[in-house]
Amino acid sequence: MKVAYYPGCSSHGSAADYDRSARVVAGALGLGLVEVPDWNCCGASSAHALDHQLALDLAGRNLALAAQLDLGGVVTPCAACYSRLNRAHQWLGEDRRRWLDLAARVERPYRDVGKPRSLLELVVGAIGLPAVAERVRRPLQGLKVAAYYGCLMLRPPEVARFDDPENPRSMDDLLRTLGANPVRWGHKTECCGASLSVSRPELVRKLVDDILDNAAAAGAECLATACPMCQANLEQRRSADRTMPAYYFTDLAGLAFGFSPVDLGIAMHLDSSLHPLLSQGQGGDRP
Amino acid sequence: MKRVGVFLCWCGSNIAAHVDLDRVQEMSEDLGNVVHVQQNKYMCSEPGQETVRKAIQRHGLDRVVIAACSPRMHERTFRRTVEGAGLNPYLLEIANVREHCSWVHPDKETGTPVAIDLVRTAVAKAVQDVPLQSSYAGVEKRALVIGGGIAGIQAALDIAGSGYEVVLVEREPTIGGRMAQLDKTFPTLDCSSCILTPKMVEVSQDPRIRLLTYAEVESLAGYVGNFEARIRLKARSVDFVKCTGCGDCWNKCPYRTPGEFDLGLGKRKAIFIPFPQAIPSKPTIDRDTCAYFQKNGKCQVCKKFCQAGAIDFEQTDEILEEKFGAVVVATGFDLWDHARYGEYGAGEHPDVISSLELERLLSASGPSDGHLKRPSDGREPKRVVFIQCVGSRDEAKGVGYCSKICCMYTAKHAIMLKEKIPDSQAFVFYIDVRTPGKNYEEFYRRATVEAGAQYIRGRVSRIYLRGKQLVVVGEDTLLGQKVEVEADLVVLASAVVSRADAPQVAQKLGFSYDNYGFFTEAHPKLAPVETNTAGIFLAGACQGPKDIPETVAQAGAAAAKVVRLFAKDKLETEPMVARVDPEHCAGCQWCRPICPYQAIGMETLTERPGGRRVTRRVARVNTSLCHGCGACSVACRSGAMNLLGFSNEQLWAEVEALCL
Repeated sequence: MKVAYYPGCSSHGSAADYDRSARVVAGALGLGLVEVPDWNCCGASSAHALDHQLALDLAGRNLALAAQLDLGGVVTPCAACYSRLNRAHQWLGEDRRRWLDLAARVERPYRDVGKPRSLLELVVGAIGLPAVAERVRRPLQGLKVAAYYGCLMLRPPEVARFDDPENPRSMDDLLRTLGANPVRWGHKTECCGASLSVSRPELVRKLVDDILDNAAAAGAECLATACPMCQANLEQRRSADRTMPAYYFTDLAGLAFGFSPVDLGIAMHLDSSLHPLLSQGQGGDRP
Repeated sequence: MKRVGVFLCWCGSNIAAHVDLDRVQEMSEDLGNVVHVQQNKYMCSEPGQETVRKAIQRHGLDRVVIAACSPRMHERTFRRTVEGAGLNPYLLEIANVREHCSWVHPDKETGTPVAIDLVRTAVAKAVQDVPLQSSYAGVEKRALVIGGGIAGIQAALDIAGSGYEVVLVEREPTIGGRMAQLDKTFPTLDCSSCILTPKMVEVSQDPRIRLLTYAEVESLAGYVGNFEARIRLKARSVDFVKCTGCGDCWNKCPYRTPGEFDLGLGKRKAIFIPFPQAIPSKPTIDRDTCAYFQKNGKCQVCKKFCQAGAIDFEQTDEILEEKFGAVVVATGFDLWDHARYGEYGAGEHPDVISSLELERLLSASGPSDGHLKRPSDGREPKRVVFIQCVGSRDEAKGVGYCSKICCMYTAKHAIMLKEKIPDSQAFVFYIDVRTPGKNYEEFYRRATVEAGAQYIRGRVSRIYLRGKQLVVVGEDTLLGQKVEVEADLVVLASAVVSRADAPQVAQKLGFSYDNYGFFTEAHPKLAPVETNTAGIFLAGACQGPKDIPETVAQAGAAAAKVVRLFAKDKLETEPMVARVDPEHCAGCQWCRPICPYQAIGMETLTERPGGRRVTRRVARVNTSLCHGCGACSVACRSGAMNLLGFSNEQLWAEVEALCL
């Protein structure tokens, strides 16, 4: 199965580690990621706050480019990209005349190639947990993980249309399949503060500390995320005394599939000092 | 030539403000057959009716058209009016120029032409009217009451108290319903079972009431005065004639399962009575739990210990077929499943409970013998958060309506919490506190002032776990602040919803229900206990959320309606029914499956065309069953089926008057 892959800006920058583990895990699951050629900003950061139409057009251009690849839909690893692509896809789906308007503005035809999916959505949906289970070589041996979903992967629900927006379970189910023991905790969908990370870092620090503390209180040893912004915040905007590591779900899947932390780019995390679990030997070993 | 009189009602300004009645009068006077036209400010008033009667006599009218409000309002009035002047009541037509015209048009410019059209069609139809005669059917003076909660109990007692026989059918092994599950009642705090159980006993002792528990109505056929019900008596595996209710069987039974009566909070045996005051006080074997049925005839402990020899594993379901003159439906309500709120823990946390579960935890007959302990670890909760409107007033995820009883029972819970655990603190998140009822506001004040419950105006956004601590997050909209409350127990005032199978029940019994599954009354104000099917009445929360006083009042009203029916020996039936013209009927039977009331049968006709003896089959309408819906006459391919009062000829005349 091949899909158009829209990496988004983070994956080529601060979250290059996520991009690497995503490609490794996708390959292991027989999923071909074909990067959308000449992709542009998804419209998440400033466009959607300043110019509604520009934000839709930016995402729309990416969808039009993805459609030209003529593959089984488009997937993105980033929750913010996911939200923007879905918003544009939905807006275009409401009225076919918008297809032509968009085509004129972005100078290429638009065609509907289905709901843009997040990498998590694709893994638990189209690929499915039985296929994931088959690929597990080194189960995570009951590793206590707090599955952290954040905001845009689930909300607004009418845009994301994925999982229960108030009590999501998909990542928990995936982690269980990998042999981990997802904990029941209270901050699955709390805000990580990404949009205020630059302007009000002290506020974000509190939000991040709350998330980490709630995970710790539930007995978690680490967090799993499916968003480059969440991961960056969870590692960077925390108080110095908080030590819980935050992994991409693809890191944990890759480890369970038998890849090494190096293969998966875990050493490239912003704060690699946070990974005591993985510091010795091969990935997947418990301390 | 017919002599038609047209009477134009102003309805005060209701019609007159949006219809130029002088223009309508001018037009009417020019119509063929019309010999008299008259206006009146209130045609339905006694003087108004008198002008109609006088005009009939003075002008020798033989058809009357009244342009006024909907026939649903005053058709009966005016039928009696024309009858009073010696005319057959079915020689009257109503032109609905209010609901169908003046109320929906902004001015006379748009309203008047429509009113003219409506009057013209009514006149055309009236010319084709023929006199119709009512027929009469007998009344079976026995009532069927479905549902043995407080509503059904009250209705049964009131009907029986008037001297008529009642069969009370309850699907659970005992009567008592929701009220039996409650601990105390607002606004008096008297114990629910103390006031309910005397009525339950009264039911069991009244010789005119036949109680059928663990039974369900499978079908209902017939019509007002003459219903036929099929009732399934589910096998209880206990011979009630022999059983003394001594209790040896349920004491010795080794199998336990979560009890339905305690909402799964406590356990019951496989052979059980739901609660100590159950009526009947004889047990039932739950075959899904009982080892005898699940493990090939093993166990039989109850049989060994039963000295009366009452255990009968071979018992089978029994079917009863009974006739009734009227039916009261009192099937009660359910609570909305709060597991559908992911933000409130999706039903996964044992200490986030529904208000009905709290009733069981407070009740002396409940799983904790009336000691309030929280389900997770049995600790006494000190900080209890109550959340109002869970599912109610939430069009996005729940139901749009207000469940009506939650504000009051939450105030009750706050008071009882303080009584049971003096050093406790109640927090109540609410949107509005609604206390319309006698002594209700005072009771709510008692919860805040005496019991010290802290009311916080705002919806709760989330309940989450901080370690093992439940935390409730909401907004105090009066302070404009986010609040977090650590809670030992969270009680959700889940919406009152219709029973899951309410639509099927309504379809089976033959009346309508709303989008929420609540049974629909015939008129929201003027016929609140009637259904749109004659002879079937509603009582209690199956019709909409209600508290106990209101339920009891409605049950009494339903009983009065039943008794009113039974006071007559014969019922007049509507003459507007379908009639077959046997000359034209081809006997195709196309009409039969289309009839929603199974009112069409077949008969054999013997004819002698040219001296030759020929028999053929033709359709025949049972006029007692026919509701006059007209479905058959639309379906009839040879035009043999005609609805009296709405005949094909009359409808054609209307179409012609309107279009030609």
